[in-house]
Amino acid sequence: MSALANEERRIVGFLCNWCSYGGADTAGVARANQPTDLRIIRVPCSGRVNPLFVVKALLNGADGVLVSGCHPRDCHYGSGNFYARRRLEVLKRFLPILGIDPQRFSYTWVSASEGSRWQQVVTRFTEEIHALEPAPRFEDVEPLEKALTLTQEKHRPLGVGKQDWLAKLKEAISDKLADLDCVLGWQQGRDLLHSVPLFIQSADDLQKLRCDATCHNNLVRYLPDFKGRKVGIIVRGCEAKSLVQLLQEGIINREELVIFALPCQGLLDLPLVEEALGRYQKLEGLEITDSALKLRVDGKDVTLATADYLQSRCLSCPNDTPVLADYPIGEFTGESATTAQCPELAFLDSLSLTERLGFWRACLSRCILCHACRNSCPMCVCRDQCIAESREPHWQSAKASVKEKFFFQIIHALHLAGRCTGCGQCQANCPMGIPIFALRAHLNRVISELFDGYQAGLDPKAVPPLLTYAQEEANIQERSWE
Amino acid sequence: MNSDRFLAREAIGDFLAKLIQTGYTVFCPQKQAGVRQSVIFAPWQKGQEILLDKATVAPKHLVLPQSEVLFRYTMQKDSAQPEKVDVSLDDSQASTPTVLFAARPCDARGFAILDRPYLEGLFRDPYYAKRREALCVLTLTCSSGCATCFCHWTGAGPSSPEGSDILMTEIAEGFVLQAITDKGKKLLAASQLPEAGEKSEQATSARKAAWQSLEKAPDLSQAPQKLAEVFDDQDFWRHWTQACLSCGACTYVCPTCYCFTITDERLGKKDHEEGVRLRSWDTCMARHFTEEASGHNPRPDKAQRMRNRVSHKFSSYPENWGAFSCSGCGRCVTHCPVGLDIRAIVLAALAATSPQQRAKEAS
Repeated sequence: MSALANEERRIVGFLCNWCSYGGADTAGVARANQPTDLRIIRVPCSGRVNPLFVVKALLNGADGVLVSGCHPRDCHYGSGNFYARRRLEVLKRFLPILGIDPQRFSYTWVSASEGSRWQQVVTRFTEEIHALEPAPRFEDVEPLEKALTLTQEKHRPLGVGKQDWLAKLKEAISDKLADLDCVLGWQQGRDLLHSVPLFIQSADDLQKLRCDATCHNNLVRYLPDFKGRKVGIIVRGCEAKSLVQLLQEGIINREELVIFALPCQGLLDLPLVEEALGRYQKLEGLEITDSALKLRVDGKDVTLATADYLQSRCLSCPNDTPVLADYPIGEFTGESATTAQCPELAFLDSLSLTERLGFWRACLSRCILCHACRNSCPMCVCRDQCIAESREPHWQSAKASVKEKFFFQIIHALHLAGRCTGCGQCQANCPMGIPIFALRAHLNRVISELFDGYQAGLDPKAVPPLLTYAQEEANIQERSWE
Repeated sequence: MNSDRFLAREAIGDFLAKLIQTGYTVFCPQKQAGVRQSVIFAPWQKGQEILLDKATVAPKHLVLPQSEVLFRYTMQKDSAQPEKVDVSLDDSQASTPTVLFAARPCDARGFAILDRPYLEGLFRDPYYAKRREALCVLTLTCSSGCATCFCHWTGAGPSSPEGSDILMTEIAEGFVLQAITDKGKKLLAASQLPEAGEKSEQATSARKAAWQSLEKAPDLSQAPQKLAEVFDDQDFWRHWTQACLSCGACTYVCPTCYCFTITDERLGKKDHEEGVRLRSWDTCMARHFTEEASGHNPRPDKAQRMRNRVSHKFSSYPENWGAFSCSGCGRCVTHCPVGLDIRAIVLAALAATSPQQRAKEAS
């Protein structure tokens, strides 16, 4: 049945001023018959279309969103649509993990003279949207309270608890300390199970240094604050990637850094250990080995299997070797580039689109918007200028609705497209235990599919894929409507 | 003798169901699925699991929601007389009788701490008052301390009644319920629960045992004065906040943090405008909290912001209201991504020598 005969759906179109808007005009002047569902927003260039425009429209009740620009190699500004093509393709492949049908979003190219092509595009897209049910409203979706079932594959013996290099590390830092403003490491926090960042400036500070599976903070997060000063930093596999990414983006300077690199032995999922221990008053002893966590709690001995209490992303991570190091300390396997699995993502993959939407609806209803995910992310370099808090433009409502919370997570995830190094701080630091890392892990997978296995943080000289383009994209189809 | 009642463990469900029948909304701790279990206070329905765990987030959202509409407005322009605008405003407030079941003494004390500025200050906050009046707090006394909580440092303890309407203490066969306020008495009288009788003694000894399980608390009586002394000691605050990420986890999980921001959000049309004024949680740990319209910010560094949080709880609030605005629940310590410990900061301030003192000693 023709879309013309049906009740209207809400479809938003972002049309570039120079080509597609003209094309739509041509179709109008030619009196070409078109469905009337589309509401057009004229933008200067398809490159102006922030993927968040599309998500915002979809979350706020649009049944479909169409972006149309000049044909590739025909952009009024030269390259705007090349960038748009990459971003929009990433977006289209990102939508399913949110639980949004990717068919609700499309992008294409229509020139100013192609009135009949415009008629064809708008009719076809409208028909496709009519073939779907009206878009579910996020607030009305049945929350899916489903426990995560995580299946993990172990890649390598992690060597958790090996400490024979700690003396060597202290020695290496001690040698360099006089030339440095500060060395970033860890020390014991409120008890043996908890470590906190340490800013080493003296020999006394150095004595407090601790490096083991409890040291879960990614210290690279602090590096931009030290720009202009010479500092040392201790990094392991995924943290070194964050550092490389910041170098790539010019946020920090290589010559101001001294990198002490350690083989990664995996990190404990501390809230999980705490859950197992229950309410305790005093932790009197802790011994960590590859097989067991031996704790002495309120006068009683507790033994846990280490593998059950490691962060999910660590267990399957094959990378123990930092990609960049001035002083490598310890034994390395040499593996740094294989993509680690994300068991939370595998769980989401097993759900249907509606279930995913319900899952996020349930999970995010308990988000308290504390922004610990953002503030502990080494890649969130906007710091106090985050668009989530800007009033002009007003990206986010101050209303603490589950939709706004979801949108915040989408903002964070999309700003990490091609930049996320997978350190998992966002999820590890969420007080509410929301599996938000899965969104980033999925985006990393999309980036890798589209850009020949690209991974953020491996090469300081690489350009992040969304900051560049190719005239002919190897893995992105030209979107034709024939 | 006394009016204490006894609630058998297996009768909790019926007790709560009856409350719902009489028109209460009952909030209980509930586990939620995720990578890790978090426990939040959510409306309970008959048949749901009964959980008595300490919640991840304090139940302050029952009186101070994460965001709320203060009023809605519409403005209608008369197209014939452009200068004439009809404004209508709706600030009606609704509240339903609510029972908070199995709060902890630190949670309940949070309400008492919020009551002072919201109800007893220069202005009585009508939105807060309405919800607070409709709230009946059933508090489960703690049987032991935990690694992060420190209620007994702040002048309370594992069975403090402050802020509670009914105190509930676990004994061998169930719980002894003791009414603290008239609201609590009324609820218990209407409950048809059997009298506790001699079981009350068991409850008393359980409470004593809980007190005895705690380590001796340091004396914080000098904290207000000592924190005021180190207020200007920039090095002190920089040292203690070096690791801070400026997120708001500590303030949002806190039962006593009560700062908010107000935002007008409008849905504009050409000759017709409607919108809402929202009040939502805000955190003094964020830079924009004190940012002024001019762009000037009196607290540009995280050190000054942390100073505000600690000083407010242990120095300036006590100056105004005579008690700490910290109930020692320890959630800020548990959930800080970088493990900052407010106890350590207060103790360090107590031990610190002020710059003036240092100068005196040097001369």
